Amino acid sequence: MSKPRIYIPWDAGALSLGSSAVERAIIAAERRLGIDVEIIRTGSRGLFWLEPMIEVETAGGRVAYGPVTLEDVERLFAMGWLDGRLDRLCLGKPEDIPFLKRQTRYTFARCGIVDRLSFADYRAHGGVRGLAHALSLGPAGIFDEVTKSGLRGRGGAGFPTGIKWKTTADAQAAQKYIVCNADEGDSGTYADRMLMEGDPFCLIEGMAIAGIAVGATKGFIYIRSEYPHAIRTMGRAINIARAENLLGRGIAGSTYDFDIELRVGAGAYVCGEETALLDSLEGKRGQVRAKPPLPAHKGAFGRPTVVNNVISLASVPAILADGADFYRDLGYGRSRGTMPIQLAGNVKHRGLFEAAFGLTLGEIVDDIGGGTATGRPVRAVQVGGPLGAYFPRALFDTPFDYEAFAAKNGLIGHGGVVVFDDTVDMARQARFAMEFCAIESCGKCTPCRIGSTRGVEVIDRIVRGERRAQNLTLLQELCETMRFGSLCALGGFVPFPVTSAINHFPEDFGGAPLVAAAE
Amino acid sequence: MAWDRERTQEIIENNRHLDGAALPILHALQQEFGYVDREAVPMVAQALNLSRAEVHGVVSFYHDFREAPPGQHVLKLCRAEACQSMGADALADTARDRLRIGWHETTPDGRVTLEPVFCLGLCACAPAAMLDDKVVGALDERRLTALIGEAQAS
Repeated sequence: MSKPRIYIPWDAGALSLGSSAVERAIIAAERRLGIDVEIIRTGSRGLFWLEPMIEVETAGGRVAYGPVTLEDVERLFAMGWLDGRLDRLCLGKPEDIPFLKRQTRYTFARCGIVDRLSFADYRAHGGVRGLAHALSLGPAGIFDEVTKSGLRGRGGAGFPTGIKWKTTADAQAAQKYIVCNADEGDSGTYADRMLMEGDPFCLIEGMAIAGIAVGATKGFIYIRSEYPHAIRTMGRAINIARAENLLGRGIAGSTYDFDIELRVGAGAYVCGEETALLDSLEGKRGQVRAKPPLPAHKGAFGRPTVVNNVISLASVPAILADGADFYRDLGYGRSRGTMPIQLAGNVKHRGLFEAAFGLTLGEIVDDIGGGTATGRPVRAVQVGGPLGAYFPRALFDTPFDYEAFAAKNGLIGHGGVVVFDDTVDMARQARFAMEFCAIESCGKCTPCRIGSTRGVEVIDRIVRGERRAQNLTLLQELCETMRFGSLCALGGFVPFPVTSAINHFPEDFGGAPLVAAAE
Repeated sequence: MAWDRERTQEIIENNRHLDGAALPILHALQQEFGYVDREAVPMVAQALNLSRAEVHGVVSFYHDFREAPPGQHVLKLCRAEACQSMGADALADTARDRLRIGWHETTPDGRVTLEPVFCLGLCACAPAAMLDDKVVGALDERRLTALIGEAQAS
C-alpha cells in the first residue's frame, strides 16, 4: 500500500496564515505516531478564509480540512483524518465546496491540486499538451487559435493578445523578446502570485508558445520584489523546465530555442506599466515611455517585444490544448473566456473565483463573496486596483465585463474586487488615491507628478470645509487634466477612484455636490 | 556584513554580463550589505559605462534601495486598500506607537526598521505584514503585538 498523502499549500497567502507551522506539527505528529506520510506542497485552491486548508488523500478521493491551526493537528490524527473521517474542520471533497463548484477553473485548473514543482505531476494533469499542439500548428496556426479565442490582456488594458503577437511577429529583427509582466501591484489582486506559486510551469509553457509564435528566443519574467515566494518558486521551476527540455535549445524536441531569465523589481508600482517595466528591465529608472513606438516594434533593449501579463500567458496553454472555440464560447460581449476574480479585503468568502465574464458585481460580492467579513453592510466596492472606481450598491447590476465597467466610468483592470463595509470614509479613500499616486508617480509628466500632490491638498481643504463648492469644482477640473494629460494609466486613471467617490458618496464630502455648488 | 570594496567589486563582476545589469547588481549589493553604499555608486557606474548621476538616479528612484543600513529586522506593513478595509490604518498607528518611530525609521536600539508597503498580494488575508522574509496575514492587535515582540527580541 502506498503511503498516505497530505497536501499542504505553500502559497504565500496560506503561509501568512500559518501553513508551514501546521506542516511542522504534522511532521512531528507522524513521527510520534510512527506513521509514514508523504507531504506534497501545492499552491492554494484560493479559498483563503479556509486557509490553511489541508487535503488528505483517501480511498474516496481528496478530503479537505480547514482552517487548520497548530492546536488541531493532534486531534485530526487522533480522530483518523487520514481515512477522511468527519471532524468539525472537515470540508468534504474540495471540488464540492460551493465556492469551488461554481467556478470554471480553466487557467487555474491545476493550482492547489498539483505538486507545484513536480514536472511529472504537471504532465499528468494536462501540462505540455498546449505546447505540443502549438508545435504541430506552427506560428501562423498559433495566431489563428489565440486570435479566435478572443483572449484579451488580463493585466488590465484588455488589448487583444493575438493582435499584439502578430504585430511583434511581423517586425523584422535578429532578436525579439517575450516579457512577462509579473509586477502585480494593484491592491486586491493576487492571481499572478497564486499562479506563479501554484502552477509555475503553466506560465513557462505559455511564454514558450508565445516565443514560437513571434520568433523570440528569449523571455524575461519581471516579478515584483514584494513576492519573495513567487520569485523562489519561479526560479526553481525555470531550472526544472530547463532540465526537462521545456526551456533551452530545441524545446520539447522541436527546432525552436527558448529560455527565460527572471528579473526582480524594486518596489515601484509604476513598473507595472509596460513601458516603465521595460526601462526598469534595461536597468534604468522605471519611467514611462511615450508611445509610439509600441513595444511590439521597439520594446526591451530596442527590440520587438511582446509584453503580456502572467494570466494572459498562462491562459495560452489551455487555449492551445482544448481549442479556441471552447474558450471563446465562454464569456460576455467582447470579453471572452474566463477571468480570475479576486475577492479581497472586507469580504466573508475571500478568494480567487475564476469564472466566465458576465457575472454581475452584486452576484460577485453578495452571493459568491457572502457580504462583508465584519458582518456589516457593504457600502463600497473598489474594482480594478488603486486606479479603479468605487462602486456603490446602486451599480451592483453592472456585469463583469471590460466594456460594461468602462460604461460606468470604471474598469475591471486585473480583476481585483475590494469590499468595504459602512465604516469606510470615502473622502479618506479619495485622498489616499491621490496620495498613492503622488508616492508612486514616476515623475515624467506634470499632470501626474504635480496634480497628485495638489489633489491631496484640495481634498484636505474640502474635508476641512474650506470653500467647499469651489474646491470640489477645482478637484473635478484637476481630475480632467490628469485624465487627459497624463502619459500613462497612473495619472490618467487615478481620477476614477476620486470622482467615483465624490459622485456616488457625496455625503462623505460634506453634502451633495450640486447642493454645495449653490451655497 | 559591513560594506567592503572588494566584495562590492566581486558582486559587480559576477553580474555585469547581464542585459540591463544595474538592478540585479543593486539587488545583490543590498542583499549582501543591507543597503547600497554611496561608495558603490561610482563603481557600478564605471562597470556599466554609466554616469554616477545615472546610477544614483536608479538607486533613489526605487523604494527598495536603501542608502543607509536598516535595523536588524525590517517590518513592512501593508497600507493599501484591501488592508485598509480590514483596519490597517489603526494597526499602523499601533505599530508606530509601540516602536515609537515613524515610517522609514529605525528604533534607537537598531533592532527594527518600519516601512510601509503597498500590497504584498495577501489581499484575501488582510491586514498583512512582512517581517524580513516572513509573511503574516489576518493581523489584529494581538498578532501585531506578538510580531513586534518577535522583532524586538532578537
